[in-house]
Amino acid sequence: MDKVKKTGHVLDTAMNAIFTICGFLAVALVIVITVYLVVSGIPAIKEIGLFNFLFGTVWKSTGDNPSYGILPFILTSIIGTFGAMLIGFPLGLLCAVCIAKMSGKRFSGIMRSIVDLMSGIPSVVFGLVGMIYVVPAVREMFNLPDGANLFSAIVVLIIMILPSVISMSETAIRAVPKEYEEASLALGANKTETIFNVTIPAAKSGILASLVLGTGRAIGEATAVMMVAGNVANMPGLFKSVRFLTTAIVSEMAYSSGLQRQALFSIALVLFVFIMIVNLILNLVVKRKKDK
Amino acid sequence: MKAELEIAKVENDDKEIRTVQNTEILTEGETLIDVEHMNLWYGENHAIKDVSIAIPQNRITALIGPSGCGKSTFLKSLNRMNDLVEGVKIEGKLTLAGIDIYKDIDVSVLRRRVGMVFQKPNPFPMSIYDNVAYGLRVQGVRSRVQLDEAVERSLRQAAIWDECKDRLKKSALGLSGGQQQRLCIARTIAVEPEVVLMDEPTSALDPISTSKIEELALELRKHYTIVIVTHNMQQAARIADKTAFFLLGELIEYGDTNMMFTSPSDDRTEAYITGRFG
Repeated sequence: MDKVKKTGHVLDTAMNAIFTICGFLAVALVIVITVYLVVSGIPAIKEIGLFNFLFGTVWKSTGDNPSYGILPFILTSIIGTFGAMLIGFPLGLLCAVCIAKMSGKRFSGIMRSIVDLMSGIPSVVFGLVGMIYVVPAVREMFNLPDGANLFSAIVVLIIMILPSVISMSETAIRAVPKEYEEASLALGANKTETIFNVTIPAAKSGILASLVLGTGRAIGEATAVMMVAGNVANMPGLFKSVRFLTTAIVSEMAYSSGLQRQALFSIALVLFVFIMIVNLILNLVVKRKKDK
Repeated sequence: MKAELEIAKVENDDKEIRTVQNTEILTEGETLIDVEHMNLWYGENHAIKDVSIAIPQNRITALIGPSGCGKSTFLKSLNRMNDLVEGVKIEGKLTLAGIDIYKDIDVSVLRRRVGMVFQKPNPFPMSIYDNVAYGLRVQGVRSRVQLDEAVERSLRQAAIWDECKDRLKKSALGLSGGQQQRLCIARTIAVEPEVVLMDEPTSALDPISTSKIEELALELRKHYTIVIVTHNMQQAARIADKTAFFLLGELIEYGDTNMMFTSPSDDRTEAYITGRFG
């Protein structure tokens, strides 16, 4: 009897140690990456000057007289993400309502698997589809010399954030106790009134979390965006070829050196700060949900 | 005199009933809800079998019986909350003041006239004020004065005004269970229904809250017709004017509460109310 207990105890201790090591490893990796980013990102900012770096409008990393201003990338990333969310979020939310509340069991089951499938598609595939279909379509539609621009990137981003927005909002909507909806219906509200007055407000925090998650996904996307945005360091315009923060790094990293390379790390640091801010908001939203 | 004339008119012309919407002219104790030969199926399950019952106005009618006897199902048929259940099929004639509940009235309008209080207190996760104002806002009432007035009146009628008048803007979820249930009653009567259905409204509450709800029901009876489902036979005996005993989907006995509890005419009723089963 004693023996059995003892082996159990040893096993517990061993497993505990393994869990602890795994936990520390994961945390340590994150810390190492953060420290590395900060350390390698700061020198270029120091040399160029924080103001010139963040608010300089010209990025000419390879010229005789190089200039490292990343304002075009920052603005492009902000406008691209905001534009994608502006359309993608309401679209995703209504789609989530449709799946969770409006459609029949079979249809919503099918829709749900399609959404899950969509979130598993690699971003390079979205980029490819964007290159083949979206870019020419945009060129034709607006009569442009080239369709690879900010607008095309926003279209592709909308498609890419939909699965995150839909599945997270849908989960939140379905988690609303049906008692709330029954009470609303029993007061003479119809289904639509119930969804907009009771269900969505009750699912607010989950829906907000989906908004933040979608934003994070859009701002961090590189591959697909690079394939459809034209990749020229212009100040952003809807039908101009542009570079995002992410694509600026990807497109020059392979051949960069010296200050140029350091500047790319600084861009990564800026992107990192952006994503940290988005995640911070997400945490606050989720925490507020728990307090409730 | 005018009332008499109108009754005569209603009796003369069946169509007239629907247009007059004539609950005022029924005197106290007259039949408000009339159910004839109602049958209900959940898929294959025959849950209510040939039930006929006449529910009087401004009275409390209690539905009692063991779990699964169909009393809650019957209650939910009266404001068509059963419509939400998939595969439900209802036959028979159910009328509210002469209007066929399933044919002649829009379901939203019906539910405004036949309100419902649920087993578990279910206030919306919003402020006390917004909870009570919800039904009116859905109807399109926007006037602040009108809403304020209705909120106060409903909360007073539901005997919870004094407890929450200083916290109308606070979340309703901060109230105790008993307070939440009274708030739900206030929310229901804010739209001034004719009938209030109560589905075991006190089964999740402590004895003190329960007695408050019972007092409230007796008070509300002056203005509303109440149909209450209860597991608690003392509760039925304390507050109900009429009691209906359901068993396995059938209506076994229906009559004055006093009669039912002192000299039931059916052996099964007697067995149930004396606690031999259920």
